[in-house]
Amino acid sequence: MTTNTNQTPILQTKNLVKRYGSVTAIDHADFELYPGEILAIIGDNGAGKSSLIKALSGALMPDEGEILLDGQPVNFSSPMEARALGIETVYQNLAVSPALNIADNLFLGREIRKPGILGSVFRMLDKKAMEQKAKDKMTELGLMTIQNISQAVESLSGGQRQGVAVARSALFGTKVVIMDEPTAALGVKESRRVLNLIKEVRDRGLPIILISHNMPHVFEVADRIHIHRLGKRAAVITPQSHSMSEAVAIMTGALEVNNDPQAA
Amino acid sequence: MSSTEQKNSTAVLDHDKVADQAQVYVASFEHKETPVQRFKKFLHHYPVAAPSIVLLLAIFCFSLIVGSRFLSAFNLSLVLQQVTIIGMVGIAQTLIILTAGIDLSVGAIMVLASVVMGRMAIDYGLDPWLALCVGIAVGAVAGFINGSLITRLKLPPFIATLGTWNVFFALNLWYSNSETIRAQDISNTAPLLQWLGNTINVFGAQLTYGSLLMLAMFVVIWYALNWTAWGRHVYATGDDPAAAKLAGIRTDRILLSVYILAGIVCALGAWVLIGRIGSISPQAGYTTNLDSITAVVIGGCSLFGGRGSIFGTLIGALVVGIFRNGLALAGVDVLWQEFTVGILIIVAVGVDQWIRKGTA
Repeated sequence: MTTNTNQTPILQTKNLVKRYGSVTAIDHADFELYPGEILAIIGDNGAGKSSLIKALSGALMPDEGEILLDGQPVNFSSPMEARALGIETVYQNLAVSPALNIADNLFLGREIRKPGILGSVFRMLDKKAMEQKAKDKMTELGLMTIQNISQAVESLSGGQRQGVAVARSALFGTKVVIMDEPTAALGVKESRRVLNLIKEVRDRGLPIILISHNMPHVFEVADRIHIHRLGKRAAVITPQSHSMSEAVAIMTGALEVNNDPQAA
Repeated sequence: MSSTEQKNSTAVLDHDKVADQAQVYVASFEHKETPVQRFKKFLHHYPVAAPSIVLLLAIFCFSLIVGSRFLSAFNLSLVLQQVTIIGMVGIAQTLIILTAGIDLSVGAIMVLASVVMGRMAIDYGLDPWLALCVGIAVGAVAGFINGSLITRLKLPPFIATLGTWNVFFALNLWYSNSETIRAQDISNTAPLLQWLGNTINVFGAQLTYGSLLMLAMFVVIWYALNWTAWGRHVYATGDDPAAAKLAGIRTDRILLSVYILAGIVCALGAWVLIGRIGSISPQAGYTTNLDSITAVVIGGCSLFGGRGSIFGTLIGALVVGIFRNGLALAGVDVLWQEFTVGILIIVAVGVDQWIRKGTA
């Protein structure tokens, strides 16, 4: 998969700044995500990746700079607004409700109601429609091998639960899916399944921002790698252009790069 | 760059190879379920099953020991009458416990609402329907106060409602001057308040309107919990509030709505209470809070939130009622009724822990 950097970025920031008192968490950061790519964001602890991600997912309001979605300036004051515009986030800590079943979890907060008076007056849920859609999405992503859709999520393994979270983002994300350390809580084999799932989602046309500390994972799935250092972008590389140790060197400041992201 | 490229690709390949060779089941055990495990799974999947089994066993045993005096339609309908108040307040308590909260003030809200209904109708001569509405509004406001303390001030539900329990009870004594409103005065000026005490006779069973209202409320709340988005959000909020928030649920709003609804249900319980005892006593219902928690817990609802069924509470209340009634008919001293209820609570929570341990 090669990224066409001549296209309009689907999600972009220009000169983004966020200060907490005297600490500058985001220091005039630029960022571009292009259609159809997996962009990994790596950086040392405290480099400001989470602040950047929070700004992109609406959990944090930047002080300066702008965020462009499809070339249009946007202003999120809550994650709800970002979500309404098609930006979904998958969190590392398995943010699913264990006692609810798979279908309930997929549609949590976005339930479908029955048509007609049953839905409008009696607020009745259309359980059948939700189960059917859940089944379709899980099958599409190759997750239906193990699950009975009305099974409680607590009976699933960690990887399967993360699968539910990814399916949810793929079901509702129309523009961008942000994955914050999606494999951090998982074992080796489980991580592998989730990585394949991430590629699957990308191949279905949704661009993905992947935040990860795991270099082999990043180098395996990413199309481009955004290296964050001291609150801003230090470089954008690709798994083909640089090695893992070079990436780490850039991340820690041992290696200075002066590259133009457009050339990467 | 070609050498680094190669290095990378081999690294990834190695990683892949190792991962693919890894056993799918990191730790796999003989997967033969013993009957006990299967039973446990069944109980876990159907939270109402355990209390239902206890209820049926209790009915069976008491009908053997006490005989037809116990198993008559009349006696069983008496039990239903006796558990109506607890069942009603238990609905409110279930909603709150599903959100991993607890409400110690439910009984005080109920009595305060009944006193307000009575004074409005009798002392101020308000239209009984209006007096009823004012009483229900008082219940809603009381629930709103509880909910606000918990969502705005972030007080633990136990502490917040321990405080409001005393506050509401004191307000109730002040507003009623600690005086009981006599049944005769109510039936003369506002018979509507006692209307739920009327009975209909079905094959020898004496069903009060109050019991029927309680059963109807169980159905309404069951529908709300299982067939509306609000109900799913109540479960999600109690189960894992952080995950619910990340899914976009405004958990504070859900909690507030649950406490307000609980207050309204308690106020409806006040109407049932007036029908049941005829008069309005500010001293009534002092232990209703604990009795309602008992019914919810025996009904299989988890105090950790997110698990349980509303009908479990009805069955829990019936189990307590059946035990008290059966033991009384068998001529057992009242103190042993208390003893038995205590044992039931401990067993119910013990079973809940056992079920959750193995299958979650």
